[in-house]
Amino acid sequence: MTHLVLVGTSHHHAPVELREQVAFDLDAAHDLAAELGEAVVLSTCNRTEIYVATDDAPEAERRAAEALADAEHVLYRLRDRAAALHLFRVAAGLDSLVPGEGEILGQVRSAYEHGTPGMLLDRVFRQALHAGRKVRAQTAIGESPASVSSAAAALAAQVFGELDGCRVLLIGAGEVGEQAARSLRARGAEIVLTANSKTASGELGSALARADVVVSATSTTGYVLDADTVERARGGRQLLLIDLAVPRDLDPSIHQLDGCFLYDIDDLQAIVAETLAGRRSEAERAETIVAGEAEKFHEWHASLDVVPAIMSLRARAEEIREAELKKAEGVLGRLDESQRSAVESLTAQIVNKLLHLPTVRMKQAAAAADGVLYAEAVRHLFGLGEDER
Amino acid sequence: MAELFFWPALVLYGEAVLGYLGEARRPGLAGYAAIWGVRLGWLAQTALLAVQAARDDGFPWGTWAGSLNLFVWFVVTAYLFWGSRRAYRLLGVAVMPLAAVLFVVARAGGGTSAGATSRYGNLFLVVHVGLVLLAFAGFTLIAALSAIYIWQERRLKSRATTILRRPAPSLATLDHLSFRLALVSLPALTLGIAVGIGRLVTRDDSVDALVVATLVTWVVWTGYLAARLRGLSGRRAAYLALAGFVLVIVVRLALPASHFA
Repeated sequence: MTHLVLVGTSHHHAPVELREQVAFDLDAAHDLAAELGEAVVLSTCNRTEIYVATDDAPEAERRAAEALADAEHVLYRLRDRAAALHLFRVAAGLDSLVPGEGEILGQVRSAYEHGTPGMLLDRVFRQALHAGRKVRAQTAIGESPASVSSAAAALAAQVFGELDGCRVLLIGAGEVGEQAARSLRARGAEIVLTANSKTASGELGSALARADVVVSATSTTGYVLDADTVERARGGRQLLLIDLAVPRDLDPSIHQLDGCFLYDIDDLQAIVAETLAGRRSEAERAETIVAGEAEKFHEWHASLDVVPAIMSLRARAEEIREAELKKAEGVLGRLDESQRSAVESLTAQIVNKLLHLPTVRMKQAAAAADGVLYAEAVRHLFGLGEDER
Repeated sequence: MAELFFWPALVLYGEAVLGYLGEARRPGLAGYAAIWGVRLGWLAQTALLAVQAARDDGFPWGTWAGSLNLFVWFVVTAYLFWGSRRAYRLLGVAVMPLAAVLFVVARAGGGTSAGATSRYGNLFLVVHVGLVLLAFAGFTLIAALSAIYIWQERRLKSRATTILRRPAPSLATLDHLSFRLALVSLPALTLGIAVGIGRLVTRDDSVDALVVATLVTWVVWTGYLAARLRGLSGRRAAYLALAGFVLVIVVRLALPASHFA
């Protein structure tokens, strides 16, 4: 039987200093996979995992562990059903640092494309990608933002819809504000001005008059914008203000203005905490989906045990059918074409109907781990393979 | 035969209502089930209307209950344009309960049966009733969009922590869609009323309470559109639309009996 072997480590077991020791870029991952035979190497910032399809599981485990020798003491080793379930959970984002993060699905696909998969790995990776897509389609696990900066951008989308053409005034040039600006830009927003303490008030007022979103993250004390300034500048338009600074940059009374929505860092963190809680609750549903997909894979994998026996049995039956038809050639020769065809069809149907139930039962037995015994019994009862001996 | 389609349509609309309520509590599969309830229910109702059209001698929705049946179909049809999109699923919370209730009322009034005859001409009814109902369906959707606008704005103002977990259309989108729907609905109502008044004058019929209420509705919605064209938007526009919708309900439910008699 061909086994699925997994050896790897992840953020659950290894700190970043260790993970970077066993990280592979795509070319190196391909080279390692080729060296290991039928293999796929999944290497991301949170994990490095080697999947191998092999008839000699202990040897494959040893060689894979050797490739990850720097992290030897934090390696996990899984086989067959457990390895497949793990891969499906990874693809669905259930094993990620932030549950449901979407990047992992692309990374799994990329690893698969750069690996050297045969029939088994091809099947398990395709099914893992399918499971990942299914989880994202049927649950809301990946829909809500998982960081303050992406929450700020998502809030802007709740007010303005598509952010293409949405104008952003960024006050303060620090990393926090820049991250929020990056998230807004990624959704199509345009930064009209990046203001700092040296920006003239006239320029700031003019940018405020054009802005739809204000992101402020300075380290100054005292308010950078008060309610009167905002009210004068915005001309009745809706305005979303994101205050990421501590102490706060924006006068809280701005939020009382009609059409103005002011969120500070605590508000955003509360929203992110809520969305993460939502992701965790969606993860329960996702686990059910993933378990179902893993079960399907297990049934398919187990059926590989009995497929050769089933094929031999069917070949033997067909051989007998053809031989018996040949014996009756003398009688059948007097039949016309349609009568002969009816006899052919009839005998084929008898063979198929006789073999249908044993085939189904053998596949069921394979899924329940008795497949090899059943296969042996069938070989013995029908004398399959005895001619070759 | 018509009965054969009424019950599946009602059950599916009912399922959609429950689905949307579930979606409001916890987004996910419930919303998915709800939109399929709307789609299949709409198909069943469409089949019901087709059977009515095939069986009746003339325009089959000439009674107030029949027109209510057609009105529900217009509302659900218009909703289906957006309802399939995840962000608009919440619109179903506002639209589908109303549609289901009105559908039941239509049946109670005999508006879902087949085989009736009308004293009005086909062409007149198609144009007059069709246009007025189309406009009212548009106003109903505007009201639903406006209700969601007010709810969404309150969530933003109250800094609800669940705001990103329960997807809703953005304020800008809701506002814009309401305006565009009004641009279509008001001309339809205007034309529908014009046809009705034309017939009233030529046949020397009397003006009843429904005609007056419909004209008041037209005035309110004309005021709404005029205000929108002058820059009114946001919460105030949403409240005005809801006020206009109260008149739509009055016209559709409280007064039609005398008009259709």
